[in-house]
Amino acid sequence: MQAQALSGGFADPATQSAHAFRSIMEAMARPGTLHGVSGALPPAPLSRAAGAVLLTLCDTETPAYLAGGANCDAVHAWLAFHTGVPLVGPSHCRFAVGSWSALTPLSAYPIGTSEYPDRSATLIVECPELTDSGEILTGPGIRNNAALSLPEVAAFQSNHALFPLGLDFIFTCGDRLAALPRSTKVCAPMGATEVTPCM
Amino acid sequence: MTDYNFAYLDEQTKRMIRRAILKGLAIPGYQVPFASREMPMPYGWGTGGVQVSAAVLTPEDTFKVIDQGADDTTNAVSIRTFFERTAGVETTTTTCDASVIQTRHRIPEEPLSEGQILVYQVPIPEPLRFLEPRESETRKMHSLEEYGLMHVKLYEDISRHGHIATSYAYPVKVEGRYVMDPSPIPKFDNPKLGDMAAIQLFGAGREQRIYALPPYTQVVSLDFEDHPFEASKADHPCGMCGAIDSYLDELIIDDTGGRMFVCSDTDFCEARQLAGHKGKDAA
Ligand SMILES: [Zn+2]
Repeated sequence: MQAQALSGGFADPATQSAHAFRSIMEAMARPGTLHGVSGALPPAPLSRAAGAVLLTLCDTETPAYLAGGANCDAVHAWLAFHTGVPLVGPSHCRFAVGSWSALTPLSAYPIGTSEYPDRSATLIVECPELTDSGEILTGPGIRNNAALSLPEVAAFQSNHALFPLGLDFIFTCGDRLAALPRSTKVCAPMGATEVTPCM
Repeated sequence: MTDYNFAYLDEQTKRMIRRAILKGLAIPGYQVPFASREMPMPYGWGTGGVQVSAAVLTPEDTFKVIDQGADDTTNAVSIRTFFERTAGVETTTTTCDASVIQTRHRIPEEPLSEGQILVYQVPIPEPLRFLEPRESETRKMHSLEEYGLMHVKLYEDISRHGHIATSYAYPVKVEGRYVMDPSPIPKFDNPKLGDMAAIQLFGAGREQRIYALPPYTQVVSLDFEDHPFEASKADHPCGMCGAIDSYLDELIIDDTGGRMFVCSDTDFCEARQLAGHKGKDAA
């Protein structure tokens, strides 16, 4: 346990976090695009991508919420050693990490204020699969439209309706990630009837 | 290089700036506060842009700095040298070879592409500041989309001058929501802000603000139906390369008051001259 907590961080923090940040930034700037991230070996159940995001963005100034299976001793110890991030409940977090079912409902998280919409949570959603197909995305960062395999549609439509308030999402799977800022409009893929159509 | 952290700033500061950049990208045109750090150069030298560049650069980047379109001013050279030393990046003056371009007062003439990042040095990030000095009030105005006064000010220009006299830092509206200061670029450059393939990041050091435009974002210059926005420039071709579609600087070339117009984007102008284009003042 102790040994596991001490290992798995960035061997060269300055350059590895610089590379990881560029992947995260490209993902946030171009919703629906997939990007590789490497360098982090966090304990289970965290993916390497989620580990890299946490190492790159989190520190003592960013309270985080660990949802479901991510809320375990091994993850606590690893994050404490490598980031010093304080752990909190969802209503006070800047970052949250976990599976979609463990993270929801989204109403638990800060969405910012009308004068400071940036004071909102970023959710790191661990996904069993992540592909550039499925739900249709339009908005800033997207030339015509993009596609991304999202865990559902309605929650992201409601979040977008709050703009400029709202949550931002980073989806992680293995060593890959994609992102969905609040500015993105989400539509169900053609042919899907059981989900909310495009608004 | 071992005397410095990579790209000068410590990791905690870079994380803070990186978080601000991500929120800026998620809320295009909104000014994210950040805790600006002292940099080893005066504020007028673009410390906001320098901090943003430091937070995005990787050792594999190729970095270009332009100051009013030129790569060879003291300001541009010193920032380029700073990152050569602290981040070990390659530098270039060729727009299309650069992955990160830091700029003061211009957007390159050559269209940027998807792999590129344009970092603006911003002196005054708040487009409403001249109407309202109090930050608490301008925040409220942005939150309520209270942009009527901004339009009144532009319209006063029209009644006084017959046209909108504002020719630099001409305000824009982003995705129909936030009014944004594009930094003191000439309004000739405004149409390039929207629908750009590159990521645009804006850093104001003294005022401690970061804001952003993701690629392909809708950016509209404020105007009126009876006075539509015009991206004006001096009505001359470039004296050196003959370009008719580039932004020009007016140079005094002798002590009898002789003048010549030449591209402000020196890389653009030199590339055209190398390709054989010749203006009327070229040797
Ligand atoms: Zn020229």
